[in-house]
Amino acid sequence: MGNYYQPEIETASREEILAIQNEKIVKQVKHVYENVKYYRDLMDEKGVKPEDIKGVDDIKKLPFLTKADLREAYPYGLLATDLKNCVRIQSTSGTTGKRVVAFYTQGDIDLWEECCARAIVAAGGTNEDVCQVCYGYGLFTGGPGLNGGSHKVGCLTLPMSSGNTERQIQFMMDLKSTILCCTPSYAAYIGETLAEHGYKPEDNSLKAGLFGAEPWTEEMRRNIEKTLGIKAYDIYGLTETSGPGVSFECCEQSGMHINEDHFYAEIIDPETGEVLPEGSKGELVFTSLDKEAFPLLRYRTRDICVLSRKKCSCGRTHVKMSKPMGRSDDMMIIRGVNVFPSQIETVLLNEGYTPNYQIVVDRVNNSDTLDIYVELSPEQFSDIVSVNQSKEKQLEGAMRTMLGIGPRIHLVPPKTIVRSEGKAVRVIDNRKLHD
Amino acid sequence: MAIHQISVFVQNKPGKLVGIIEELANKGINIRASSIADTAEFGIFRLITNDFDKTREILSENNVTNVTRVIAAKMEDKPGALYRVVDALSEAGINIEYMYAFTASETFGAYVVFRVDDVDAAQKLLDEKGIATLNDEDILDM
Repeated sequence: MGNYYQPEIETASREEILAIQNEKIVKQVKHVYENVKYYRDLMDEKGVKPEDIKGVDDIKKLPFLTKADLREAYPYGLLATDLKNCVRIQSTSGTTGKRVVAFYTQGDIDLWEECCARAIVAAGGTNEDVCQVCYGYGLFTGGPGLNGGSHKVGCLTLPMSSGNTERQIQFMMDLKSTILCCTPSYAAYIGETLAEHGYKPEDNSLKAGLFGAEPWTEEMRRNIEKTLGIKAYDIYGLTETSGPGVSFECCEQSGMHINEDHFYAEIIDPETGEVLPEGSKGELVFTSLDKEAFPLLRYRTRDICVLSRKKCSCGRTHVKMSKPMGRSDDMMIIRGVNVFPSQIETVLLNEGYTPNYQIVVDRVNNSDTLDIYVELSPEQFSDIVSVNQSKEKQLEGAMRTMLGIGPRIHLVPPKTIVRSEGKAVRVIDNRKLHD
Repeated sequence: MAIHQISVFVQNKPGKLVGIIEELANKGINIRASSIADTAEFGIFRLITNDFDKTREILSENNVTNVTRVIAAKMEDKPGALYRVVDALSEAGINIEYMYAFTASETFGAYVVFRVDDVDAAQKLLDEKGIATLNDEDILDM
């Protein structure tokens, strides 16, 4: 049996969960229809009225939302309440430069933080724990989400944010952190750095880690568990639905329980949009059942996974999703940051370069690298070395502004980027992210 | 006046430079002067040839090229020759981006190529100072 933050709901029967979902979705669709013109238009176009939605079985009648809709509706188009009711935004990068901005009422923040609290408790967290949060704080949801969850559980929270590994290690050892929250690649990096400092896995006080925001493999889990001497748990979420904590692993470490009282999950065929039968592999779609400010209905995550209702030994009854097995679009997650090739293309064109480029992503010493090869045009080429180098630097800066992470730029002669069947291979991902 | 220099972007990989030079050799281009500027990732191969139009045509087909006008100033065979030229440019506030030397033949003498930020001002200045410089016709057949 496991530990629960909200045992009544986390172990509620299937019937109880369905009853809650049915009640919430009717209210939610009405709320969205009345307050979000953008979605009302989509529903009208499809000929669906709020009255047609009598329960979760009717969700499949609703239109989808995609990242393109978020861009179209930026910034306020999907806001479902007055700004005066909102207390926070979080943000993530969009497909062509426009960022996704999600709004939160205090109720939305509480809901989100409760989800994170469930995840921390499932990993063994109590008010006696010291929880070191080294996800980035700020617009990124990782830091604020786990920080809030840790507060709700009553852990002593170390709001470290990302980076400065020496300081992370100093606090971890001096304040005896017991729970670590960060990206899996950073966890692995901390583990290596500890070893370099001569620490053995048993020298730290850590017992568990909640690692998410990027894909990772079972092999990486074993590696982290060994080097840090902990249990490593996966946590999943996206800014569009709230942030981390949409789903989380329990002691079974075999799939993540989706917080079904807040988020309704469907698996669809990414080509046709058809809802697939339980157990099928397909694209994950979320409907937010009770968020107030930014309640997305049928949001297509583009993550490919499988849902399972197999009875879980932890006692939780909520459906489990597998680790994402890939994407149905071209989004990459690099150092926890969402990156689309189209963003890179936009920057290149803005800066006067050709759209002939190649993105090479790799993982070196557990840290993602991003290299962008750009074909140089005669107009961009100077016979003076420093002029060329400052152009490279300028392009790197523009990429950093757009993407939120800095790539390495390599200028190459025209026609050097390999084309297969006339079409340039845009992305080479050398990381082995999926088992 | 002044002469035309062709610059080629060369990847810092084995075989890249030799390919370019081989092509010029096969097409009968006579390289009068050259220099290479290198960085970790790429080099810039700068050339003065007997036929810059043809050279550009040949190289532009498969490479990124750039044509700039540079000053090729004749160096007297005595101490202070280079100083005289550089000092004059400096006094006039003309900035030298880079320079390299070449000798065409025993009778023709030694030259230093200057890439400056204001080539017309530099040409005028050296003319006034009585320092001999080359133009494109001079290098057709040295």
